[in-house]
Amino acid sequence: MKAKQLAMGLFLLSAIATILVWTPSCTPSPEDGLTGAPTATARAIPDKIDFNFHVKPILSDRCFKCHGPDEKSREGGLALHDKEMAFAALGDNLDRHAIIPGDLEHSTLIQRIFATDDNDRMPPPESNLALDDYEKAILKKWVEQGAEWKSHWAFIPPVKPDIPRVKNKGWAANEIDYFILAKLEAHNLAPSEREAKEKLIRRVTFGLTGLPPTLAEIDGFVNDPAPDAFEKAVDRLLASQAYAERMALEWMDLARYADTHGYQDDFERIMWPWRDWVIHAYDENMPYDQFVKWQLAGDLLPNPSLEQIIATAFNRNHKITAEGGVIDEEYRTEYVADRAQTFATAFLGLTMECARCHDHKYDPIKQKDYYALFGFFNTIPEKGLVEEINRSAAVVPEPSITITNQQIESIARFINNRDSLPEIGLMVMREMDHPRKTYILNRGQYDQPTEEVQPAPPPSILPMKPEWSQDRLGLAEWLFDEGNPLTARVVVNRLWQQLFGNGIVATSFDFGNQGALPTHPELLDFLAIKFREEGWDTKALLKYMVLSSTYQQSAKVSEELLERDPENRWLARAPRLRLKAEMIRDQALKASGLLNEEVGGPSVKPYQPAGIWEETTGGGGGSTAKYIQDTGTELYRRSMYTFWKRTVPPPSMMAFDAPSRDLCTVKRQETNTPLQALVLLNDPQVVEASRMLAHRAIDNAGGEVRERIAYMFRLATSRTPGEEELALLAQYFEEERLRFSGQPESAAQYLRVGEYTLQTETEDAELAAYALVANAILNLDEAITRG
Amino acid sequence: MKKILDERSLQLNRRAFLSKTATGIGVAALSSILGYSFFRKNESGLLVEEKGGLKGVLDALHHPAKAKRVIYLFQSGGPSQLDLFDYKPLLNERRGEDLPESVRNGQRLTGMTSGQDVFPLAGSLFDFKQYGQSGAWVSSLLPYTSQIVDELCIIKSMYTEAINHDPAITFFQTGSQQPGRPSIGSWLSYGLGSENENLPAFSVLLSRGTGRPNGQPLYSRLWGNGFLHSLHQGVQFRAAQDPVLYLNDPEGMTRAQRRNMLDKLAELNTRQFGDYGDPEIQSRIAQYEMAYRMQTSVPEVMNIENEPDYIYQMYGPDAMRPGTFAANCILARRLAERGVRFIQLYHMGWDQHDNLPEAIQKQAKDVDQASAALVMDLKQRGMLEDTLIIWGGEFGRTNYSQGTLTDTNYGRDHHPRCFTIWMAGGGVKPGLVYGETDDFGYNIVDKPMHVHDLQATLLHLLGIDHERLTYKYQGRRFRLTDVEGDVVKDVLA
Repeated sequence: MKAKQLAMGLFLLSAIATILVWTPSCTPSPEDGLTGAPTATARAIPDKIDFNFHVKPILSDRCFKCHGPDEKSREGGLALHDKEMAFAALGDNLDRHAIIPGDLEHSTLIQRIFATDDNDRMPPPESNLALDDYEKAILKKWVEQGAEWKSHWAFIPPVKPDIPRVKNKGWAANEIDYFILAKLEAHNLAPSEREAKEKLIRRVTFGLTGLPPTLAEIDGFVNDPAPDAFEKAVDRLLASQAYAERMALEWMDLARYADTHGYQDDFERIMWPWRDWVIHAYDENMPYDQFVKWQLAGDLLPNPSLEQIIATAFNRNHKITAEGGVIDEEYRTEYVADRAQTFATAFLGLTMECARCHDHKYDPIKQKDYYALFGFFNTIPEKGLVEEINRSAAVVPEPSITITNQQIESIARFINNRDSLPEIGLMVMREMDHPRKTYILNRGQYDQPTEEVQPAPPPSILPMKPEWSQDRLGLAEWLFDEGNPLTARVVVNRLWQQLFGNGIVATSFDFGNQGALPTHPELLDFLAIKFREEGWDTKALLKYMVLSSTYQQSAKVSEELLERDPENRWLARAPRLRLKAEMIRDQALKASGLLNEEVGGPSVKPYQPAGIWEETTGGGGGSTAKYIQDTGTELYRRSMYTFWKRTVPPPSMMAFDAPSRDLCTVKRQETNTPLQALVLLNDPQVVEASRMLAHRAIDNAGGEVRERIAYMFRLATSRTPGEEELALLAQYFEEERLRFSGQPESAAQYLRVGEYTLQTETEDAELAAYALVANAILNLDEAITRG
Repeated sequence: MKKILDERSLQLNRRAFLSKTATGIGVAALSSILGYSFFRKNESGLLVEEKGGLKGVLDALHHPAKAKRVIYLFQSGGPSQLDLFDYKPLLNERRGEDLPESVRNGQRLTGMTSGQDVFPLAGSLFDFKQYGQSGAWVSSLLPYTSQIVDELCIIKSMYTEAINHDPAITFFQTGSQQPGRPSIGSWLSYGLGSENENLPAFSVLLSRGTGRPNGQPLYSRLWGNGFLHSLHQGVQFRAAQDPVLYLNDPEGMTRAQRRNMLDKLAELNTRQFGDYGDPEIQSRIAQYEMAYRMQTSVPEVMNIENEPDYIYQMYGPDAMRPGTFAANCILARRLAERGVRFIQLYHMGWDQHDNLPEAIQKQAKDVDQASAALVMDLKQRGMLEDTLIIWGGEFGRTNYSQGTLTDTNYGRDHHPRCFTIWMAGGGVKPGLVYGETDDFGYNIVDKPMHVHDLQATLLHLLGIDHERLTYKYQGRRFRLTDVEGDVVKDVLA
């Protein structure tokens, strides 16, 4: 019996594989790949149709808009998101059925999608949602095969899966590898060889700390023959402050952290003490459930500590307006909506905001459910319009606390009060004495309240239990209840994404019907349950992931792999990822020796093109009207500390796909543009770092040109260059030295970029030529990639 | 499968080409060999080829286009339609009388005037006359514009939903009041691509008005790509040392040195591609070449010194000063000549809450001559017929005075219910005055045109059905016009 099930499982897997492997990777369609919904034609129809993998993506994407959860826009009484409704009798005489299992002729769904008359065909031509032949064939075959229905995977709590059997057991380092290997073997794919050690240490150092390894760290790892050499390196990285900073940066995107209020004059705000707390929490390896509970409801805990209250600033990172003349309630409503959206995206992987104006079109979330969630965040004593003290400053919006320097020196030592402020005002969460009522807002409009609702999380995910309080604390209990199908999956998926570029669910922000399907559903559930059962231990889970053989594979893309799995869904190789914006700048600083590794404190203002704040300001905004650049070591702090002005974010970060921090973001774009080239070639920060990298090589790497070049190359790529690469760069150096020798003034000019004054005896022409070589190296594709 | 194989063999050919030529002749020609295939990982992490540079995502236009490009002269702050185009003698006749509640009819007010006890009607202090064959009314604030009314399609019945700057500008530029969506130019770049592979398809120019130099600000997200590929973001062209951010090579570095560096980079990156086979590397090589060409093409387009004298005379004396609206209008024409798809100007300072009569004279003078000159300059070059020009702000202004009304002074608050914009060229009907407001200049009485209608019409003129240019993000198909918008056929030529 067991063997039969396994065989069936494999059969199913290969059926799915047929689809995925045949999906062209480079179709220009913007629709492609976002849901896993098949779009291209000329693909093989699988032998056995699976509802979740093949059918529902089509129904959701093309049919739910008019035949889905939103009752108000439902047509013809037909709903296809729900089994009972989909099979129900239709029409005035209840004599028709959209779907009759096995009966193509009488299933009106099939009749309508194949109809040739424009008036009959579904979806209607004007909807721009037409089905292609492949999609029609899938639906037809599904009905033919009996129209088997399954619930949406993400709304069913995970169950611990069996560890799959594999042939190549020797390859597996832990359970992750069994899950990965089982799929690879089912697809006749083999895992790649282990990555070269110097590449591996680069990958894991960026993955866990956001920084490149030092040469000593590379050498230490490469020359350590011990079987646990990698594990020791991982432990070292996880224990570092840089790890906490790396994790905090991910959390800042999710929490839409910024140093300004974000609308109109865009006044400065002080939220960095909360950011320092996040770093502190990661440094302490605070369990994820506690970490989130404090941020959601620290103020509602019994006798909350200062730290627990500071954590709640999470929910005050949304934008706030000070634009004279706005209607207070309109914007206050936006802030509550922002908190609800952030909660849903960050912790549930749901696009709840779609239900603000009407029932959700794709997921089982009613408009009422949206406002019930909204209700949790609607009862704080806040205003929609922040007062300006004058045109140069805004008050700290209520509710807020004042953190004294004395507290910072005793119970809040994680706050880096480097400017020795006597006290710091920080926005936090607090409940109103007389809570405001929450109403459904017609069309989402602040001035159109209809029915009153009580705070509650979406019941279709998990109903509230009576013992939980009807406030944010109760919401946090609900979130971490064992019966919640989403919480653990969503977070382990994000941690996987941090290391592998893509989550097991590629749409880490959407686990609903329009989201991508998990490539390895059993692995996702295995990790989710493991994480929860082992106490939500983030460091342990990351360590477990990087110690897998899957993580440690080579990133080489063989021609066979590019053909058979161009998107690397099955992980027969490690992904090759472009560094994030902050990592690119931090690497340049670190490689050059300039990096200032101070942790936390007020955000800093490094180099930025002159005038970009000034030319958009209306004269208001005070400290944000004019960019006053920092000097000295503040220019070289890690990029996560760069002052974030929301309406004019740092252009060198934006060029490399940093999110604007307007809204909760859990996955960044990864693009490749000419503006990126211009930043890396011409940004004074990079040019200065190039000079300092050159200087460092001259000082530390022996007297030979090639030695020095190899030294710089290793610092930027973590790899020893090959002979041909060295020869080419050495030739480049000689060409440029010759050129600069004839133009000493040009060399001197090039060396003057940036503020760092260098005391050196090296001739200008030589140093400038090395600096060009260093800049070229920092521009290598490999230097901005973690393979 | 065949497609993958084709792609693959193309890559192999490219690789063979690169290894043969990269060292010898330089890689200047590389991009034309590679073509403009931009790869990126979409939000699901799949590698998708984005047809950028030369071609947009639309394989074919939805219908024949009338306009190939757009110049949007955005008048930021909300120009007073009542002092420029929408002539309302009744307001002079009933000057000082309180706005009847029957006219206001529940309109919500901004916090700046909601506390006022009275709303004294304020007729314009400026003279209005009718001009041209169309007989359009224009005030004495716009002497140059009034001379070209027969080229313009003046829409007096625009309306919006927002009553404050930030949401209102964001709404005009992205179709949504809250930040985060792509702007019009990004949608066009995404849909249609570029006609010039050396310049960004979406260019932005800013200028500051003299009417209220410290008024309301702008936000760089107004030209942001939102969730679209960052290739589609608006690139700001500036009257600064770096006309595009980070464009200039560092001091002390020659073009020959830059070329040499890029050649070496390409060779090393090509080698890396040989080892790792990641198509992203090829794309990176192409991006560096595009950057190199931009370093030449941007200064070339920004250098207006060689424009003949008569052009300067046409655009007015401000045109000699870089960074002014007039100078930006010349740049807009130059960008249009080079095939840039969407050229967005912002002129700040139209926010005349108080002291309007004095401030608006300066503000109008900033833009009047150059706006008219741009229309006629394009016309004399034969480009007006396929270039759409739009002139207007984010909302209008109230018919009553904000603050005290005196014989010589008044101010006006924001007004969303009606305001005036004009369009020219690119398939709109010239010499047309469209829509009508009531005698109080407060409500539209005929042919209302919503912001989404304008956006739909703009896309229509470019050959795009606004309901069919979509991008699926977070499970939903987004479009510029959200879920609304109708093409206003009456204004089409």
